[in-house]
Amino acid sequence: MQKQEFTISAYTENTIGLLNRITIMFTRRRMNIDSLTVSESAIAGISKFTIVVKDAEERIRKLCVQIERHVEVLKCFYHRNDEVVHQEVALYKVSSESLLSGDHIEKLVREYNARILEITPNFTVIEKTGHKAETQELFEKLNPHGVLQFIRSGRVAITRSNIEKLSEFLKERDRVQTVLDHNN
Amino acid sequence: MTTQNNSSLERNEEDVTGAQALIKSLLEEGVDTIFGYPGGAIMPVYDALYDFLDQVNHVLTRHEQGAIHAAQGYARVSGKVGVCFATSGPGATNLITGIADAMIDSTPLVCFTGQVTSPLLGTDAFQESDIVGMSMPVTKWNYQITDADEITDVVAKAFFIAKSGRPGPVLIDISKDAQFAPTSFKYKKYRRIRSYLPEQPVEKKSLIDAARLINQAQKPLMLVGQGVVLSGAEKVLLQFAEKTGIPMASTLLGLSAVPSDHPLWKGMLGMHGNYGPNVMTNECDLLLAVGMRFDDRVTGDIKTYATQAKVIHVEIDPSEINKNIPAEVAICSDAKKALKMLLKLVKDNDHTSWCNEFIPFQEAEYEKVIEKDIYPSKTGLTMGEVVHQVAEATNHDAIMTTDVGQQQMIAARYFKFKNSRSCITSGGLGTMGFGLPAAVGAAVGNPAKTVVAFLGDGGYQMTIQEMATIKQENLNVKVIVLNNEFLGMVRQWQELFFDRRYSFTKMHNPDFIKIAEGYGISAKLVRERDDLSIAIDEMLAQEGPYFLEVRVEKEDNVFPMVPSGATISDVRLGPNS
Repeated sequence: MQKQEFTISAYTENTIGLLNRITIMFTRRRMNIDSLTVSESAIAGISKFTIVVKDAEERIRKLCVQIERHVEVLKCFYHRNDEVVHQEVALYKVSSESLLSGDHIEKLVREYNARILEITPNFTVIEKTGHKAETQELFEKLNPHGVLQFIRSGRVAITRSNIEKLSEFLKERDRVQTVLDHNN
Repeated sequence: MTTQNNSSLERNEEDVTGAQALIKSLLEEGVDTIFGYPGGAIMPVYDALYDFLDQVNHVLTRHEQGAIHAAQGYARVSGKVGVCFATSGPGATNLITGIADAMIDSTPLVCFTGQVTSPLLGTDAFQESDIVGMSMPVTKWNYQITDADEITDVVAKAFFIAKSGRPGPVLIDISKDAQFAPTSFKYKKYRRIRSYLPEQPVEKKSLIDAARLINQAQKPLMLVGQGVVLSGAEKVLLQFAEKTGIPMASTLLGLSAVPSDHPLWKGMLGMHGNYGPNVMTNECDLLLAVGMRFDDRVTGDIKTYATQAKVIHVEIDPSEINKNIPAEVAICSDAKKALKMLLKLVKDNDHTSWCNEFIPFQEAEYEKVIEKDIYPSKTGLTMGEVVHQVAEATNHDAIMTTDVGQQQMIAARYFKFKNSRSCITSGGLGTMGFGLPAAVGAAVGNPAKTVVAFLGDGGYQMTIQEMATIKQENLNVKVIVLNNEFLGMVRQWQELFFDRRYSFTKMHNPDFIKIAEGYGISAKLVRERDDLSIAIDEMLAQEGPYFLEVRVEKEDNVFPMVPSGATISDVRLGPNS
């Protein structure tokens, strides 16, 4: 079985419990979720799940149509990494003393295109966006200088195609509903 | 509720409690029967129900599992949505097995559970359980109501979801305060949900492609699943089969959709199905699968399943298409619509010579298995002869329910069906304890028919308490326990695959006759062949419930058999073949 990283995007109604309904489908198939982000999409009231998972494409394809079976799921897509532009945010907390005690940290911030969000007498918060490997690399470089806390967000992703697939889908769904109403 | 003047009286005509809104909503959906069991958190609903007993029937079972299996039996015989009530906590959790069974067997149900009052949610209150969380993987949809104003809308949505598309169970959990709270009653049925498309428009191209394959096929075989029953496609299926001359075989849940004596019907598929259909699955050039999902009990090893054949898959659930067996042509539609459209596109055809190829397999199976099962020459009674004689004595017109195990497979093989919706059995989940409560629901759902329940001594004891329900409702249920003092199917596997190490399959049973009589149900024990047909006649002559125990051969096996995971055409006719 050839495992590969995929980004699953599910558009759903914003209802209580749907997160659970979707994640237990991964549990049942023994698929580990590497990253999960849920937030409101461009269309008010519709949530977007972005789920990163490594598995065989065939298993991901079947999973996505099964996710779509749920009454409150509008549509579920999956993409290979080369089909999406994706990003994560990482926050690093270092002591302000170590920031000020030399130029190592400042150099790293410049080199990695990171930025400083906040400086207090006690600590400094640095932010970097990028792929997981990039935020990880900065963590490893900063760590010898004392990282007090490090946190990384889940992935957000956008497809490389021109139009948002959801709006296309909603139009098509409207057309289909009308056809079905007519037939019945 | 106090009213001050006429105008507010008028307005207040619609003022109800949440519990009353629930019952009135059920009436709007045409619900005539509820199966349930009361308890603390659902008492307001039961209190409201008390005022509507002239319009809706409630069957009190003896366990919530009994209530939900009865609702399943009711739904399966009537085609209507089964409804059940249970209280919070243990009442709700006792429904889970039945919900899971209904989910995998696509049975439309709406289950209502009481819940602790909403401020107590999440506090480990008395009889609080997270039934919404627990039922999530086994419901088509579920929802918790804490606001009485939501009740009518959610009930309407629940019924729409349960019965549309591929049917399934829905659970609605209602907090006790929402049941008490005032609300107004206005009911509107659902026709559409933005995020839910129960069916897709059928693509013309797939119909044309399918028709071409059907018209070209030399050795086509049609697989009939429960989708045929659920969509009401029985009639058009026969028209289609007769026009094209295509032989048919049924899945376990597809049984009774086609009359068993139809010349084109070749039998049951799968692990304990008929010899011919299983072998011919791997001989045919076209497999036309209608309303079925290629369950592993039907396919055996999927790597060797019908690899020589082109596959047309007619299925309403898009996630079933290309899940187990890839389809050359997929028609995502309910069976009735697809068959109606295909009927116009296919040519009149005749496949007599191909159909004749089934005959040697039928003969071999008859000689090696069937004859010995239904006309045994050995001393001990067989399950097969009991099923066969009961079926004959009821003129195949009864509704059959079964439990799970040997008796289920024997009943499915030998009952022979005349009417659709007359085979009620737990397929996908294989739930022991299903047969007796399902018979309760079947008898309530179709009171014109006799219901015969074939149960093993194991499964019977899992839900034996429903004998009291049968008695209380005076249902026309004939309970037949085929007693071999073993958990027969597990024992069979132990014999064949575990060196006859009969680990915990031997049963020391109570006196079933005394127990039945204790429930006030006439009962008879048969140990000898000579007594069997008289006992069956006596059972059927008796109005209302009857209990018949037949002591059958202890160590009989069910054949044919495709061992788990084996190639479907390597079906065995006996332990050594």
